[in-house]
Amino acid sequence: MLRFFLKRLMHSVPTLIGVSLIAFLLIRLIPGDPVLMMLGERGGSPEAVREMRHNLGLDEPLWTQYFQFIGRAVHGDLGESIISKRGVWAEFTDHFPATMELSLVALFWAIVLGIPMGVVAALKRGQKLDHLLMSISLIGYSMPIFWWGLILILVFSVHLGWTPVSGRISASFDVEPWSGFLFIDVWWRGLGFAGFWAAIRHMILPALVLGTIPVAAIARMTRSSLLEVLREDYVRTAKAKGLSFYRIVFVHALKNALLPVVTVIGLMLGSLLTGAVLTETLFSWPGVGRWLVASVLSRDYPVLQGGVLLLSVMIVMVNIAVDVLYTWLNPRLRDRI
Amino acid sequence: MKVLSLAILLFVSTARAEKTFVYCSEASPSTFNPQMADDGPTFNAASQMLYNRLLEFEPGGTKVIPALAEKWDISKDGKTYTFHLRHNVSFHTTDTFKPTRSFNADDVLFSFNRALKTNHPYHQVNGGNYVYFQGMELDKMIKEIQKVDDYTVRFVLNWAEAPFLADLAMNFAVILSGEYADQLLKAKTPQKIDLEPVGTGPFVLKRYVKDNTIRYEAFQNFWRGRAKLDKVAFAITPDANVRFQKLKAGECQLVAEPAPQDLKAMGENPSLKLMSQPGANIGYLAFNVEKAPYNKLAVRQAIAHALNRESYLQLVYQGTATLAKNPLPPTVWGNDPHGKDYEYDINKAKELLKKAGYPNGFEAEIWTLPVSRPYNPNGKKMGELMQSDLAKIGIKVKLVTYDWPTYLAKAHKGEHQMLQMGWTTDNGDPDNFMDILLSCGAISSGSNMARWCDKDYDKIILKAKTVSDLKIRTVQYVKAQEMFKKNAPWVTLAHATVFRPVAKGVEGYRISPLGVEDFYPVDIK
Repeated sequence: MLRFFLKRLMHSVPTLIGVSLIAFLLIRLIPGDPVLMMLGERGGSPEAVREMRHNLGLDEPLWTQYFQFIGRAVHGDLGESIISKRGVWAEFTDHFPATMELSLVALFWAIVLGIPMGVVAALKRGQKLDHLLMSISLIGYSMPIFWWGLILILVFSVHLGWTPVSGRISASFDVEPWSGFLFIDVWWRGLGFAGFWAAIRHMILPALVLGTIPVAAIARMTRSSLLEVLREDYVRTAKAKGLSFYRIVFVHALKNALLPVVTVIGLMLGSLLTGAVLTETLFSWPGVGRWLVASVLSRDYPVLQGGVLLLSVMIVMVNIAVDVLYTWLNPRLRDRI
Repeated sequence: MKVLSLAILLFVSTARAEKTFVYCSEASPSTFNPQMADDGPTFNAASQMLYNRLLEFEPGGTKVIPALAEKWDISKDGKTYTFHLRHNVSFHTTDTFKPTRSFNADDVLFSFNRALKTNHPYHQVNGGNYVYFQGMELDKMIKEIQKVDDYTVRFVLNWAEAPFLADLAMNFAVILSGEYADQLLKAKTPQKIDLEPVGTGPFVLKRYVKDNTIRYEAFQNFWRGRAKLDKVAFAITPDANVRFQKLKAGECQLVAEPAPQDLKAMGENPSLKLMSQPGANIGYLAFNVEKAPYNKLAVRQAIAHALNRESYLQLVYQGTATLAKNPLPPTVWGNDPHGKDYEYDINKAKELLKKAGYPNGFEAEIWTLPVSRPYNPNGKKMGELMQSDLAKIGIKVKLVTYDWPTYLAKAHKGEHQMLQMGWTTDNGDPDNFMDILLSCGAISSGSNMARWCDKDYDKIILKAKTVSDLKIRTVQYVKAQEMFKKNAPWVTLAHATVFRPVAKGVEGYRISPLGVEDFYPVDIK
């Protein structure tokens, strides 16, 4: 297992180098200059602009800048934000827990809703309920996130006033970050149930929006996988042995049918961590997505290249973890490594 | 039991509800050192809350008043400024710094020399970019700063500069603690000076969660007297509509930059009061006079006559702006109220176009502002109106836009034909419009978007900034505005009114014409 893990880790190195190079080049290919952006409408004399570019190391040739970035990154130094002057790692760790917490809650409800939806659809294959559930999941899968989020805000926050409009918690709760995960920090800082409830109310809509596509994906995957398993010989044998229908489905078939679903869930987590940009922007959620979008708009090169690299590492790690988990769950594969 | 009851009674009688003021701001500050910033969110979060300057602007106005400098003398040649500093001004005590002395000349020298001297131990710390200081060429203007005694400092300039006092009242010119800087240098952590700020301002930074909240507590020893508010929180909320929803829900008491389309609803909401003040800003359409056909005066004048600017006030600014006749808004002294304007007149525009050799018009490009600013809240809509106006005189306009950094970079290189731009003054001095936006020198710095250069105009502006007599300066600026109008490098569009919706019960808040927020005088009833 360790050998398998290390092999997968080695395979990820070229991926990370490729991603870092693409991120580095793409941000520089977009027109615009961080120095002119800082100066805004005011502008600056050519000498001042030159000096500022020099101070930021932007006057070096591109390849020098790239190798400096990689050289430092290997030693764990991702550079400093041009704008805030804080380390990229410090900024990332400020934002990452918010994204992680949101993604985990979104995934949790996607699993809780998606798997039963898929199971019911499979068991009622071809019937009205199957068509209904699969139509709902198709709509969910193709829903424009931004539009969906706006509709939910208008209905639940503006008209009904049931949920807050945006943010992680209202400003009246003074939560000093400890773990960065608000659900933990509100207890740790002694804000009790009132704080916890406020955090939950703020979480509902963003998690609902972010989890919409995963619900649909998980439901469809569960359905097709379960249908496949139900056609297997051992299920027919179980039926012939006279086992009850529910025992066959929930004890024998579902366990095996969920194997590909685990892979999908793992990949979903990876895409949720990086794909929360729209949801975070819409709900003013102080996560990694919003942080990266702001860095594109201000041409904050170090943040963007460092942030993308960190997220890539995160996705690679999640993928490796999924592979390991899948291998561990599937005894046939476990024996092969 | 009696003792317990007495203690409870004593506690109840002395305890009072904490006054916490929540401000829904539009963005995170880029740093907590305004010396290195040029953005409104940083100035609001750091400059006004945490620091003071030698001089400051009066609340709600642009008049320069004493602050950390109690009084000052100016030499006859206008090149030497001597400041007499205030005594017994304390710096903040924080978790990492406990001041052992009050504010004095060393702090002034530290703060300015950091930006001025390239060999200063702090110059390169955290990037070494002093955006305003360098942008306003103070690094060239200030020859040296001398410490006369502990409470007197002298600034020697390379040339006379009448707006110098106003420059020192600007947000970037804050005074940092020299003692704190020394302590950090000894601890080999100089970078902390901009991240864990220590100032003399009315509030102390308690906590900052990036992109989320900034929390402050009133500074007990503030030299003007403790603020009436106990705590202030900035709830960072980038979307204007969301800010309004939060205000309605009582989650904040004041919001930054309300969207013009929400103003009506804000005015009608019984739990809010909608405050307004004429802004010291200008929105304009600049011609690139280096390019044909905009190098022809008649073409520029024709376009100025063809644009129905009155209609933009309603359709773009929702009736919240006044028509701009001059680059200088009426709120800034030196504005010329009697000058002639380019009235809306299609026939005259057609005549001028014919005179310029374009009887059938031509194809043109207008760059529309990609960001919403008070001076132009909806560049795209304004572009569409301009397109339709100019079609009436045969000019076929293509609308172009880019994201903001690209827009600035391309405009800086002069790639545009016509572009929408604007300006809000930094210090209320006419020089801050007439020089920075229209002088020959401002072409290379990129702020003269029209790339218009007139040596005679430059002479007038130079004279206006080197004499300190206000009457002489006013005459010069009126002359400069006449020249500007005659040459029409821009079409002046609007001076936008600044609005702020405030929750009822908030008192003492005043809108600054300079676009910064000051919560020191605010109280909650």
